[in-house]
Amino acid sequence: MAIVAQTTKFSKIAWPVLAWMVGLLFFFPIFWMVLTSFKTDADAVKPEYLFWFKPTLDNYLNMTENYDYWRFARNSVITSVFATVFTLFVGIPAAYAMAFNPSRATKDVLMWMLSTKMLPAAAVLYPMTFLTKSLGLFDTHFLIIMVLSLINLPIVVWMLFTYFKEIPKDIIEAGKMDGVDTLGEIKEILVPLAWGGIASTALLCFIFCWNEAYWTVRLTTTEAATLSKLIEGNRAPEGLFFGRLSAVSTAAVGPIVVLGWFCQKQLVQGLTFGAVK
Amino acid sequence: MGRISLENVTKTFGTVEVIPPLNLTIEDGEFAVFVGPSGCGKSTLLRLIAGLEETTSGRILIDDQDMTEVPPSKRGLAMVFQSYALYPHMTVRKNIAFPMRMAGIDEAEQEKRINAAAAALNLTDYLERKPGQLSGGQRQRVAIGRAIVRDPSAFLFDEPLSNLDAALRVGMRIEISEMHNRMATTMIYVTHDQVEAMTMADKIVVLQAGVIEQVGSPLDLYHRPRNKFVAGFIGSPTMNFITGEEATKRGADTIGIRPEHTEVSTTEGMWKGTVGVAEHLGSDTFIHVHDTGLAETFTVRISGDIAVRHGDTVYLTPQPDQIHKFGADGLRIE
Ligand SMILES: Nc1ncnc2c1ncn2[C@@H]1O[C@H](COP(=O)(O)OP(=O)(O)OP(=O)(O)O)[C@@H](O)[C@H]1O
Ligand SMILES: [Mg+2]
Repeated sequence: MAIVAQTTKFSKIAWPVLAWMVGLLFFFPIFWMVLTSFKTDADAVKPEYLFWFKPTLDNYLNMTENYDYWRFARNSVITSVFATVFTLFVGIPAAYAMAFNPSRATKDVLMWMLSTKMLPAAAVLYPMTFLTKSLGLFDTHFLIIMVLSLINLPIVVWMLFTYFKEIPKDIIEAGKMDGVDTLGEIKEILVPLAWGGIASTALLCFIFCWNEAYWTVRLTTTEAATLSKLIEGNRAPEGLFFGRLSAVSTAAVGPIVVLGWFCQKQLVQGLTFGAVK
Repeated sequence: MGRISLENVTKTFGTVEVIPPLNLTIEDGEFAVFVGPSGCGKSTLLRLIAGLEETTSGRILIDDQDMTEVPPSKRGLAMVFQSYALYPHMTVRKNIAFPMRMAGIDEAEQEKRINAAAAALNLTDYLERKPGQLSGGQRQRVAIGRAIVRDPSAFLFDEPLSNLDAALRVGMRIEISEMHNRMATTMIYVTHDQVEAMTMADKIVVLQAGVIEQVGSPLDLYHRPRNKFVAGFIGSPTMNFITGEEATKRGADTIGIRPEHTEVSTTEGMWKGTVGVAEHLGSDTFIHVHDTGLAETFTVRISGDIAVRHGDTVYLTPQPDQIHKFGADGLRIE
């Protein structure tokens, strides 16, 4: 008895402590980044100013005045929003078809879609660059929206497929008997029923789009450049301006962290499934 | 109108032929019941008629119009599912209104029909609830309500009562029968409950492995089963089959005697046996008799009570005009 009581007491303390430690470990880089963003570039590399320094907003002011932060931010919003909408627009019917009218090829199609994620992006970097340049698509919003959509489509279809699978087939069939066509079925029955799953898929897709850096950095220069490009642009060859870089990074991840925070419940609910029942 | 004909309809899943070529006509206004053992293709047949499964070959006609390639939403049929299949995100009112809304019926008319259906099905107090807040019986009523408001040419039911408890099942059975009498619309009803089949049907279709064994009225099937399978499937407890000398003596390969067509006596009779289990239901008694030399167990059903118990010796006498004879091919001999 005593041992049992002791172990429960131990785990009552140990688990929270462990959880806090892991939490802090993950949070620390973010904290560090935010802290550094309020230091001057000179102060940022001096150990004596580790925690005690004169905070400054210069980095942020500099960013908005000289680096056109708002244009990058606007591009990030435009490309992420449109890419997410487009991905869902294509992904919902695709997942619907595979969940409710599966054929013998469905499993293979799903696997094939996932396999496209296994191709190293670097392998197609040069073809992509030349192709988009010669098609006149380089550095356009359209291109970035398409690229973001296509790289996220497999994962989005997979997620939606898993959610739709949870919906009893009878309900979809009842809709058919009640006189709705395929489009009506998606609109009237599927989307309202799978709303939680669709919302969390959308959110995740949006986050992926926002954070994407490989293609957005390489296929843009100015017009369609997103916040990823802005961060990358602050990596000066003569050394790193840590203060500036941190400010830009903070401003880039800020919106998504806030969005994630507010949608936390939705995300968790969606990711744990069973939202339909 | 709702006359449904199947012409040489077949269905294969992959390489498995679930429905070999099948012909069947259900007349307008008829109450047809599909019965058969589990996995015999009742649901598949119903879903073929509904359009939820595509036929592999053959034609499906509704009122002489070829509907084989027509999607389910355009066939004008309504279906009630075993799982009820209500829309969980809509209130009862919206569930019932849904098919009418999809058909573009105007709001005033929708309202009128919803209220009429709700009154008929005792749902008036629940119209604003979601399906999750209803009992099984109420959900089933909503599913029926949703089916009747759009005035379909036929109703399809796939074991609609099998998720309800026994008492509720009897009540709903009667309600559906009354509904059929009132509306005189074609209904096709899948069940594996004998009593439902016998009491509700105008026409019973007995299926085995996708093949129609017999089509006929309930009493037809009871009195003149076409073969051993139908004889054994219809009636409860099931018919006793006897082979050997007793059968050959009567010019048959097998004879069948229903439990209720056998007299029991403790003193004299044609065959002697010992009582295994006697089930006293009050209104009826089922006696399972062993050691008759005829079959492993011979079941007898007598109305009322009789004082026999395990181990007693009894004598059985079949009613002579109620002995069914079957040939070596399993078919009935007249
Ligand atoms: N989608 C499918 N794919 C493959 N086989 C199927 C499919 N649907 C049904 N079957 C097979 O077809 C046969 C008939 O099935 P069906 O559901 O029609 O039987 P049922 O008579 O309704 O049985 P139950 O009384 O158990 O509901 C079964 O052997 C079943 O395994
Ligand atoms: Mg079935």
